Amino acid sequence: MRNLNTNVVLEARKFSCHIGGKAILKEVSLQIRRGEYVSIIGPNGAGKTTLLKAFDRIMVGEISGELDICGMPWEEWKQSDLAKLTALVPQADSRALPFTAEQFLLMCRYPYMSPFATVRPSDRKVAHEAMVGTGTIAFAKRRLDTLSSGERQKVYLAAALAQGAHIWLLDEPTTFLDYHHQADILSLVALANKEFDVTVVAVTHDLNHAVLESDRIIALRDGELVFYGTPDLVMKPDVLQRIYGFTPLLVEHPRSGLPMIVPRMTPEQEKELAKWRAKAREKMK
Amino acid sequence: MASQSPREDEIGVGWTLGTFFVLALVITAWAPFWGIKSIPLRALWGAVNDYTLVEILWRFRIPRVLMAFLTGAALATGGMVFQALFRNPLATPFTLGVSSGAALGATICIQCGWSFSLLGVSSISLSAFAGAVLSILIVYLLTTRGRYGTSTATMLLAGVALSFFFSSLILFLQYTSDLSRSFRMLRWVMGGLEGIVSYRDLLNVFPFVVAGCLIVWYLLLDLNLLSTGEDFAFSRGVNVAQAKLLLFFGVSMMVGAVVSVCGPIGFVGLIGPHVARLLVGPDHRYLYPLAWLFGGTLLVFCDALARTLIAPAELPVGILTALLGGPFFLWLLLKRRQEIGAF
Repeated sequence: MRNLNTNVVLEARKFSCHIGGKAILKEVSLQIRRGEYVSIIGPNGAGKTTLLKAFDRIMVGEISGELDICGMPWEEWKQSDLAKLTALVPQADSRALPFTAEQFLLMCRYPYMSPFATVRPSDRKVAHEAMVGTGTIAFAKRRLDTLSSGERQKVYLAAALAQGAHIWLLDEPTTFLDYHHQADILSLVALANKEFDVTVVAVTHDLNHAVLESDRIIALRDGELVFYGTPDLVMKPDVLQRIYGFTPLLVEHPRSGLPMIVPRMTPEQEKELAKWRAKAREKMK
Repeated sequence: MASQSPREDEIGVGWTLGTFFVLALVITAWAPFWGIKSIPLRALWGAVNDYTLVEILWRFRIPRVLMAFLTGAALATGGMVFQALFRNPLATPFTLGVSSGAALGATICIQCGWSFSLLGVSSISLSAFAGAVLSILIVYLLTTRGRYGTSTATMLLAGVALSFFFSSLILFLQYTSDLSRSFRMLRWVMGGLEGIVSYRDLLNVFPFVVAGCLIVWYLLLDLNLLSTGEDFAFSRGVNVAQAKLLLFFGVSMMVGAVVSVCGPIGFVGLIGPHVARLLVGPDHRYLYPLAWLFGGTLLVFCDALARTLIAPAELPVGILTALLGGPFFLWLLLKRRQEIGAF
């Protein structure tokens, strides 16, 4: 293990990626420091997931520019050493996973195991602790494809824990989840970030959460880095216009005072709604 | 279930494996003595009056049974690997066109009437092996692009397309051929072990099977992770491109070698791994030995029946593997209905 003490864990310099002649990422330059919580936002097809996966060296297409992971160029990492540092936490999609949660976590100890070795007690201990820590111990014996999306997402977080990774790369961790599970997942990630100094990089469409949770925000549009800074600077009509091409309605969060996005209504819609409400009230009488 | 400790699970798996190991030993040890002429045990050390029995046992039956085991084990292993690699429960060791390549080689050899042998390998086996290697190379060269090796989806499609192309060529050759040749071609495609008459065949196939099985053994943990998805495996530290390359060539060469001697014996490679999966679950560390044992034993058993059912003639063993294995598999499937997954 090397370079764990570097302050900058991920650094891209004019990093570009082309797939089939189309530019997915255009000369992206940025630094992510150790222990930061960074959200990647931007419209669909902006290259968010491509950038996220590049941080785990899952590269597709033609690459140019440089990308350092923990101070070392991405090409030079040995795969199993890299796995001890970074872990991709995928979406809780519906892929077939016939393994039980426990088997799955033990499999994630791969970078620490040799080909013919049996599972050591220490591996079991780590997996067990990861399950206890994430509240997944109750479904340790259940197959992953019988779990709900929220439960499976928690197991994926437990897997990142069991893998011992210091950098978590989350791909839309809350997309398919209900509010309760969203809150659960986000508080687990926040806990790992605050208590265990895990660097978190999360792709998300949920700007409100991103603003509340993140230290910094990366915004991509058409493969270009259009914003990289603290969350209070992103929630401005002109900045959001630049990122998404539309101006959202912003209100103040009742507790933090940070600006939040709420669904916009046209004046006609507002009138209609007022009418409808008045009618409903009369009927009640 | 929830109250069981992990060790209890493993004990259950251990019992299943142990039972199958004993079963495999018993059936494989019994098979050489069973046949049109059943042979007493003492023929093993030559203590019978009729010396032909000793001859039959040592020169024909034992190599044939060993070959049957090796073939079944190799095919089940191949199926298991491809099912995990392609994350497709319908994948077989023949999915990438190895068997149709071999069949095309054999068909061309029969059509051209080649009959020679090189280092004790018959012309038909040599042509079949050449065909298998050709199809492996075509699939590989067609689908290898970029830094991270091949896309498995492309590989699967290329394999299937190549299989159809070769099959049509075989039908074409068969159609233009005369009756006796055409029958020989058809018979070859059915597969069988009646051609195993010496240890020579065994020796030729042995290194390929050993190499293939060792590669798979070395990569069992990788296979577990690959079966959950390539990105996933990659992020957990698996060298995906290298593992895929090793598995692809290791398994394909092993299957090619086996098929070139025994023909494409169907069903074992598709169902063997599934039976094992239903019995011990998806963890390849347990799945592999069981699939290996089950595949080998099933083929030994079916071959013993194939030798005797319509004696003195022989049935193509491929017919029997499906006839016996099919209902057994369906029975297991029904019994474990709630546990059926994609694999």
